[in-house]
Order: sequence, then C-alpha cells, then structure tokens
Amino acid sequence: MMLTAKWRSGLLYAGVGAVVAYCLAPFYWMLVSSLRRTSDIFDTSLVPSSVSFENYRAVFDPAQGFGRALLNSLVVAGVTTVLALLVATFTAYAMARLEFRFKRLILTLIIATSMFPVVSIVVPLLKLFTDIGWINTYQAMIVPSMSFALPLAVWNLTTFFRQMPDELEHAAMVDGCTRGQAFRKVIIPLAAPGIFTTAIITFIAAWNEFLIALSMTNKPAMQTAPVAISKFTGATTYETPFGSQMAAGVLVTVPLVVMVLLFQRRIVAGLTAGAAK
Amino acid sequence: MAVTKTPPETGAGRAAGGDRGPVNRRRARATAGSGRMAALLVSPTLVVLAIVVLYPTLMALNGSLYGAKGLDPKTGFIRDTEPFVGLQNYADILGQAGERFWNAFWNTTFFTVVTVGLETLIGVGMALIMHEAFRGRGLVRAGILVPWAVPTAISGLLWRWIFNSDGIANALIGQQILWTTEGFQAKVAVIVAEVWKTAPFIGLLVLAGLQVIPKEVYEAARIDGASAARRFWHITLPLVKPALLVAMLFRCMDALRMFDLPYILVGAQKHSVETLSMLAHHEASNVRFGPASAYAVLLFLYVFLIALAFVRLLGADLIGDVGADTHKRKGRRLRIPALRRAEVTS
Repeated sequence: MMLTAKWRSGLLYAGVGAVVAYCLAPFYWMLVSSLRRTSDIFDTSLVPSSVSFENYRAVFDPAQGFGRALLNSLVVAGVTTVLALLVATFTAYAMARLEFRFKRLILTLIIATSMFPVVSIVVPLLKLFTDIGWINTYQAMIVPSMSFALPLAVWNLTTFFRQMPDELEHAAMVDGCTRGQAFRKVIIPLAAPGIFTTAIITFIAAWNEFLIALSMTNKPAMQTAPVAISKFTGATTYETPFGSQMAAGVLVTVPLVVMVLLFQRRIVAGLTAGAAK
Repeated sequence: MAVTKTPPETGAGRAAGGDRGPVNRRRARATAGSGRMAALLVSPTLVVLAIVVLYPTLMALNGSLYGAKGLDPKTGFIRDTEPFVGLQNYADILGQAGERFWNAFWNTTFFTVVTVGLETLIGVGMALIMHEAFRGRGLVRAGILVPWAVPTAISGLLWRWIFNSDGIANALIGQQILWTTEGFQAKVAVIVAEVWKTAPFIGLLVLAGLQVIPKEVYEAARIDGASAARRFWHITLPLVKPALLVAMLFRCMDALRMFDLPYILVGAQKHSVETLSMLAHHEASNVRFGPASAYAVLLFLYVFLIALAFVRLLGADLIGDVGADTHKRKGRRLRIPALRRAEVTS
C-alpha cells in the first residue's frame, strides 16, 4: 500500500514535470539560442558554451529599426486597449446589471464577432484604406483591431461586473446616488481589478496581432514588432538571422511573460470566466 | 461618462420610506429608465462593431461581385473602374482556380480537426495532472500561461528555428528532415507548433471546470466501488463537458482562420500548408480585391456554418448560464457559452 502511494505521487511529479517541460522547453530554446554567438548558433548544447549578447546588439542595430517597431506595437496595442475598454465598460455594465429587451441576442452577437475570421474584414478594409490613403497609419491598424478587442473586453468585463453583488449599488442608490453615480463612485473603483485584468488580456491580444499589421503597412517604419521581426534580414539575403530573430522574440515576449507571472491568478480567472481568447 | 435619465432621488423620497407609494413609484421609474439607459450604454459598442465588422463584411460581399481593373477585352481600352462581373469570381474560384481553393479548404479543415483533437487530448491530460497536484500548482499554472503569451508570429519563428534542417528537432530524432519545405512534414510542423501554443489554454479551461466538481461526488463513487477509469468516464467527463465544449468551440473558430503560423513557419503560397486566410490575403496583397473578397466571403460562410453546427449539435450542453441570475431559460435558443468562474486556488 505504501509503495503504491509512493508510486502515485512519483508519477504525479513526473506528470507535473512533463507539463512544465512541454510548456517551457521551446521558450527556453529561444532564450538559449538568443544568447549564443553567431558562430555557434547551430550548437545543440542545453546551455550556451559562452554567453554572448551579440544577437541583442544586432537587434538594436539602427538598420533593423526594431526600436521604432516596438514603439509602433506599443501605440497600436495601447490605443486599441484604451478605446476598447472605454466603450466596453459601459456596455458590460448594462449587460450585467440592467434588464432590457434582446439582451441575450445582443450579447450573443457581440461574442460571435470575436470568432469572426479577421481576413474577412482585412480584405475590404485594405481596399478602403488604400483609397483614402490610410495605408501605413496607426489608425489603419487600430480600427480593424477593435473587431476582436472590443468583444473580448465586453465579455470579460460582463463576467466581472456580474460577480459584484447587486446590493452594492442598491445601497448607494438608497443613500441617494443615481444609477450613474453608483456606477462611477461604487462600481468602477470596486471593479478596478477586473478592469485591469481585462486590459492586460486585451493588450496581449492586440500586441500579438499579426495579419492586420502585415496587411496595412508596407513601410518598415510603420511595422509593428511581430511583423518587423518576421522580416529581419541577415548579413546576406540567403541567410536567415535566426540568432537575432530569437533575441527579438525574447524581447517581445518577456514583458508579456512577466505580466503573466505577476498577475497569473487574475489572468487565469479572467480567461476561464470569459472562455475567450 | 454614464449619463442617466433617472432623476436623482431626493431626500424626501427616502424620508417617506415607511409609505409604500413612493417606493413603488421609484421602482417603476427605475425600470422604465433602465431600457433607455441600456440603449445608451450598449449602443457605442454596437456602433463600433457595425463600423469595423458589419460594414466591411457588406463591402466584401459587394466587392466580390467586381472584377479587376485593366484592359477591357471588349473595347480594348484601359478601365479605371472595376467592372461588375456578377458571380464570376465565385465561378472562377470553384471552377478555374478550384484546385487551389479546394486545397486551401482541405488544409484548413485538416489543421482544424487535427489540432483541436490533439489539443483536447493533451489539454485534458494536463488539466487532470494539474488538478491532482497540490504542491507547485502556482508554478505550473504560471508555466502553462507562457505558450499562450508568446505571440503566434514569434512562435512561428521559434518553431521555424527548431525545425531548421540543422535545428534541434532533427538533432533529437537523429534524422535529416526538411520540415519547412513542401510536403506532409510541413503540415506536421505547423500542427506541432499550433498544438504547443494552444493545448495549455484548453488545459486551463478544463482545469477550471474540474475545480468546481464537488469532492463528495468522487467520494460517493469510490465508496460505491467505482474504479478510477469509471470515475473518469462517468463523473469527470460529463461534468467538465460544458467547459470542454466551449473551449473546443473557441479553438475551432480560431483554427479555421489560421494564418500567422503557416505563413511564417513555412511561407506564403506553399501548397501543402496554404489556408483559406492565406489565400484571401495573397489575392488582396496582389490587388485582386474581387477574388480576395470572394475567398473572404467563402471563409466567413464556412466559419459561420461550423459555428452554427456546433451550437445546433451541442446547444443544450453549451449553456453556462451567463444570464442565470436574470433570465428564465428560453427553449433551445443559442445561449452564450460561458464557464462558471472557478475558484482557482493555489
């Protein structure tokens, strides 16, 4: 009996190890590869023979324009997140608290748009933006990004607002607040953690977006980081600069990973509540 | 800021608390105002979505009926407007360019079925392990979020590096496979990369489902002599089914629009991995908006039909009772799939 219990916990730890290895091994490989020298980039040792920041220096070579790409990503993802949250907070409040006709239908429609194939709106918008001269502008990337960011934010916030007890507002309204005041002075401050989590999830979704950014830009100076990295060029055209791509990949991913580690409990709650990516 | 039509309650209203009249009137007023206020709060979202989703969709529908600018075969003049060609683009896609369309269609379908299937198996396995493990659960949960946080484009590059002919994948299996060239191995590479990124996500959702199953149910089953396998099939699986189905629905919809991964990992215009999204994007980037719109419309219809099939087939099970607090159930209507928020404790 003792033996079986021991075996069981041993197997369990092996299982946990396997899950962690599965998730982290490829990411670790990216990190290791980014720290190798160009000369031993094809090494398969688990730790770099000598740690070198050569690849990171190559990433920030002004010719790659990576700093600008990071800035572009920050602007596009940041503005998308702020706009989506501004609009979504009010809608989510109505969805969670008010009674009105067609509520379920409207919420269904909003969620359904988050499943919409992005390319179906990119094609017509590309034509429109070409005609009105919006190609290579931030708004050409922000406007289509709202199509997935807004439903995501509404959905997540609705679940957060729903969890707050009704009594909070009732108490405020009994004390003489209007519904608007109750919302502003009671609900918003208390829902701040939920709003913050939604902001992180929305920001990550917008930061990771590729198809829209790829389609709406053709000038390197306007590309977002994922697009810029995918177009990195090496010393010669025939050589893919894997080292600097991995280094740039680490730079783009690490802020997200840090955020995820810091706020993991909240993010998990948000993701599982919304069931939306 | 929220503008409200409900006038502020006066102190007098409150003072008359013992009297039933004002209370009732106040409640009636609140309900009447609630509809107007809801319209006010909901309409910005609907307006934005109408602009960024509905309008482009209608434009795509319209655009798919027009041909390309260029030489008019009848007059020999250069046209500067796009000619109306009716359903010609669709006829071309399904006829003349049919091979390319059906190839992309089958690639998309194949990727969706295989990746969602594998993700579900691996994800459920992960969730079961995480559910059993008590020590280090926080660590595991943090680790499991890493693939989710890595941008798909970056994961494409990462796997392109792993699957390089001199890369770690070939070193590990001791063979020389050219993963990123045309052929079945390219499909395998895309599937491996996609499953890596998304299986943990399913694991997370299923774990949330597992954590709301009360322990007593298992204890009762154990006392009744049910084996571990039977407990899994007859308790765990039916109870996490709603959570799992929602996760699968979202994953299916996401896999059907797959673009980043095959585009970066293998490349554009690669027959063996070209998906419908890539096809539409390729046509659009070559300024053939008519055919591109037609592809976009066809993809949209395909996604819509699959979503509808999902809801029809599993409708009853998809209910997470989002509006449970407010709503009476309405027959077999589509309900918003939701997962009950689990107490995810570490």
